[in-house]
Amino acid sequence: MHEPVNRPFRELQEITLQTDTRDILSHETKRAIDREDYFLVDIDAHVSETQFWPEIIGSIDNEVIRQWGQAGMERGSSAALLNLSAGTNYQDVYGRILHQSALRQAVDPAAGHRFTQMARRSMDAMGLDYQVVFPTPMLLLGMHPQDEVEVALAGAYNRWVSERILPEDPRLKGLLFLPFNTPEACEELVQKYAGDPNIIGFTIASTRNKPVHHNAYMKLYAMIEETGKPLAFHSGFNWDDPSFRQLNRFISMHSISFVHWSLIHMTNWIINGLPERFPKLKLIWVESGLAWIPFLMQRLDHEYLMRSCEAPLLKKLPSDYMRDMYYATQPMERSNPRLLQATFEAVNAETQFLFASDWPHWDFDPPSAITDIPFLSEQAKRNILGLNAARLFNLEVKKMRPKAADALSTRPGVS
Amino acid sequence: MREFNIGPAFAFADPGRKVIEADGVEVGVFKVDGEFYAYQNICPHNGGPACQGKMIYKVEELIAEHGVSKGLVFSKTQLNVTCPWHGYEFDIRSGRHQGDGSVRLAAVKVRVESGDVIVTMPAPGL
Repeated sequence: MHEPVNRPFRELQEITLQTDTRDILSHETKRAIDREDYFLVDIDAHVSETQFWPEIIGSIDNEVIRQWGQAGMERGSSAALLNLSAGTNYQDVYGRILHQSALRQAVDPAAGHRFTQMARRSMDAMGLDYQVVFPTPMLLLGMHPQDEVEVALAGAYNRWVSERILPEDPRLKGLLFLPFNTPEACEELVQKYAGDPNIIGFTIASTRNKPVHHNAYMKLYAMIEETGKPLAFHSGFNWDDPSFRQLNRFISMHSISFVHWSLIHMTNWIINGLPERFPKLKLIWVESGLAWIPFLMQRLDHEYLMRSCEAPLLKKLPSDYMRDMYYATQPMERSNPRLLQATFEAVNAETQFLFASDWPHWDFDPPSAITDIPFLSEQAKRNILGLNAARLFNLEVKKMRPKAADALSTRPGVS
Repeated sequence: MREFNIGPAFAFADPGRKVIEADGVEVGVFKVDGEFYAYQNICPHNGGPACQGKMIYKVEELIAEHGVSKGLVFSKTQLNVTCPWHGYEFDIRSGRHQGDGSVRLAAVKVRVESGDVIVTMPAPGL
């Protein structure tokens, strides 16, 4: 019989809205000790921009639309001007995943912008050298009934992120948010920001009913190709679509809707021969997971061989074009390891996959999601976690983060 | 064996919990209907702090005659703990994921002795 001893121990608190990001993610920081010599780039993390909405609304150029937004905020709206989709508030699984709900942790008022401090905490906790940030509810602006509002908010966000946020930390990078429903406005923004070193690419928010092969966009693609920086399609959801309104649970809609937009835009992109028209334009597909890729490869190849007369610009199989593109890994479906391995092999994952966390969203992936994959070589893991992104975005491969042990020692440690 | 006296049993709320850490090992100790259960604070999904999330009763769907759904209700008996990273929900009594019983938290020995809750902590590194 062993005598119980009153040994010292520490009590950890429940994770709440106020918990520091470094405490929420401390288990991943412990994992990061084993990958100190890796170079890590997270190509998809998020600003919860409505937390800073007065700053962004205040950056709107058009004085009337700015007043619309300010008037909404004065009446208590935290999402003035936005077209929030049904289900937006369900993402935190009804209060179960609080980092999705909000990050209300204390920051040092003298240590820079609140967002920069919280992003730095997530980078340090996950062991990231760089993080690419995207907006969140603004990704639904493609469905806004007022194109002029999409243009106004895109201009304001791009100004805010490029002037206020990115210069504060060399580890933070951004992709220019394009108001895609108005091609001319996109062209102006590309011209304005193409030379900004912190803007390392361009984003089309995929949730929209605009065919990407329309001639109105050809000049825009040519301009982006000329910059040498990649173009990302960042997917999202839309529960208001008539087909999706049949789905009665958020899980059902969310599982399909992100993939739905990627399937449509990828199909239009390839069948209309855009890879042949813009052969140097590099494409990234963000936040649809990975399982949809081999499905579409097979489906398009199968039909292309019977109906190639409808896609006369193609010089190779649709899947060959897809294999030339880049894919963000999150949310990585991994319940069936054999299917996951087949997906990695189908797409040349070693050179084309880019690690993405999606932090602080509810279905985020930590870097250990990649290092834990049993069939990947050591080099493949290093490529996917950072070296592929370094090549694509022209980032210097250099350790930019503190050691994991130092990150652990500086966290509050209450949770 | 590394046994820790983590305090009197009566001091636990019911349902309630205490998550403790010693030598880098974290364990969640739960009290439900007077019984104690303990698990390593590591989610089998991605390694998140599973014991530090929301405690919430299991959601069930009532099905009437002919398979007609009568809507969602909370269980009156099964209390889950939710991993705060991704929402994996585990039955506190069994440690098993509510949707896939093969996914489970690693159990830790816990007992009440002379009114105190005694936890046998796993060795560091496990």
